[in-house]
Amino acid sequence: MSQQLLYAIEVSLNGLMAGVLYALVALGFVLIYKASGVFNYAQGVMALFAALTLVGFQNGQIPFAHLINEIFGTQVHHFGWHLPAFLSVLLALAMMVLLAVIVEKLVLKHLINQEPVILFMATIGLAYFLEGFGDLMWGSAIKKIEIGLPYGPSDSIDQFTYDLFGYGFFIDRLDIVAALVAALLVCFLTVFSQYSKIGRALRAVADDHQAALSVGISLRFIWVVVWSVAGFVALVAGVMWGAKSGVQFSLSLIALKALPVLMLGGFTSIPGAIVGGLIIGVGEKLFDFLLGPLVGGATENWFAYVLALVFLVFRPQGLFGERIIERV
Amino acid sequence: MNDSAALMDIRNITLKFGGVTALEDVSFDIQEGEVRAIIGPNGAGKSSMLNVISGFYHPQEGGIWFRGERRPAMPSHRIARQGVARTFQNIALFSRMTTLDNIMTGRVTLMRPNLLTHMLWWGRAEREESEHREKVERIIDFLEIQTIRKTPVGRLPYGLQKRVELGRALAAEPALLLLDEPMAGMNVEEKEDMCRFILDVKEEFGTTIALIEHDMGVVMDVSDRVVVMDYGRKIGDGTPDEVRNNQDVIDAYLGVQH
Repeated sequence: MSQQLLYAIEVSLNGLMAGVLYALVALGFVLIYKASGVFNYAQGVMALFAALTLVGFQNGQIPFAHLINEIFGTQVHHFGWHLPAFLSVLLALAMMVLLAVIVEKLVLKHLINQEPVILFMATIGLAYFLEGFGDLMWGSAIKKIEIGLPYGPSDSIDQFTYDLFGYGFFIDRLDIVAALVAALLVCFLTVFSQYSKIGRALRAVADDHQAALSVGISLRFIWVVVWSVAGFVALVAGVMWGAKSGVQFSLSLIALKALPVLMLGGFTSIPGAIVGGLIIGVGEKLFDFLLGPLVGGATENWFAYVLALVFLVFRPQGLFGERIIERV
Repeated sequence: MNDSAALMDIRNITLKFGGVTALEDVSFDIQEGEVRAIIGPNGAGKSSMLNVISGFYHPQEGGIWFRGERRPAMPSHRIARQGVARTFQNIALFSRMTTLDNIMTGRVTLMRPNLLTHMLWWGRAEREESEHREKVERIIDFLEIQTIRKTPVGRLPYGLQKRVELGRALAAEPALLLLDEPMAGMNVEEKEDMCRFILDVKEEFGTTIALIEHDMGVVMDVSDRVVVMDYGRKIGDGTPDEVRNNQDVIDAYLGVQH
């Protein structure tokens, strides 16, 4: 096989892996959008907040340490413990559920029957609040996630492909784990929303609030469930991205990368989020590899958005989204 | 008034929206097993009354006694769980779901609410699902909508959507079924079908039904007793024949100077 083709395959594989990470973020958006017709601007910040919380609990950081020290003149920073990874993941998850309850109580409850755009504005407010709150609670330093995720290139794949093609592929082991986790997550979410009682209630609420109430579904309960699940997805995304690039403020910006993914895959489809993520991941890597040199490189920054624009023109509902048909 | 046998007793309901009084001191009862109609010209407060019964509106004065007990103020989804199912004037279906799924959703309150069972105890959850499915298939047969079982309801014609909505309400096995203008916007044939279904529901399921209509003719055929409303007040109550001969009712419908 020609060297060029092997490079292209390697680039595509890495693109697939990156795409999985995009898809993870997009998933959180799809969940909330499906259940409440709201584009949750805060999803990216939720990923950041979840990752911060996880690291904070694990390292025994005292929440609001900076604030406490400032007010009382103390010098406290750490509880002095180091929690096992599993426990801190559970605690972070509990925190995201608590967040869901608080968001429902303080925000959503008061906005029942409002226009989607009002709810969207509320999520923008939530995003900025959460960003500042996370900063205040856990500090703004860049943190590392250490919950036993593997790093570095996979030797076995390197060896295997070397034996096969005479050229060893470089695939990050973290990416492989991320892909597996994403696959599991999607299976779980699909089964949950298609086959469980709560899943059916969830789809009902997404479709018609009034009708859902009339069959005895509690909107408020369903919202807490949806935001909790979205928080769970945010935690997974936050951990994977955080493990890759450190837990820092820029993590919240991955939300921007999710937008083109959603436009491609459709806002209402879980498989769409995955396929959209993969297409963007592979697309931007391959495009950069093949055509990047011609246009001076750095195409990864804009390729996804241009692709999304093209889709907006020719297929506005995305690949898997529902066709919007107005009856006249 | 026979208080003891009433399934629902509505006493002295007054409902205001700001300065507008939608309902003024309205009282009537609904007996177990009857078809009770609420009629009146447009704007008489019929829909408001139904929304009070199903908990979408909360009256300023008066109360509702359900099965002999005063019902405290509670959100509408909890009232649904008590066995009060309803349909809507403008059809509120889950338009993206199939007929089958819509009717299954009607049984949500009857399913055991446990996510963990679903995750850990797959077999049992599945068995429960198939039990519910059986009941739902009976309703589908009953309403003669077998052929549209798998069709997303958003694509169905109006008359069929109304029927699916009735099916969803029936699926909850309600003690009281509220129908908000079940025949509005239907042609004669569809109206006759709907009349037949309402009477069959009463016969086969023994469900107590309260319905709203402004078409007098239809109502008189299906209902046992009729409440007549005008301008938010009750102006007549009795069997169809009694109501037909009530001077106030005749005036309200023919339009006498108020």
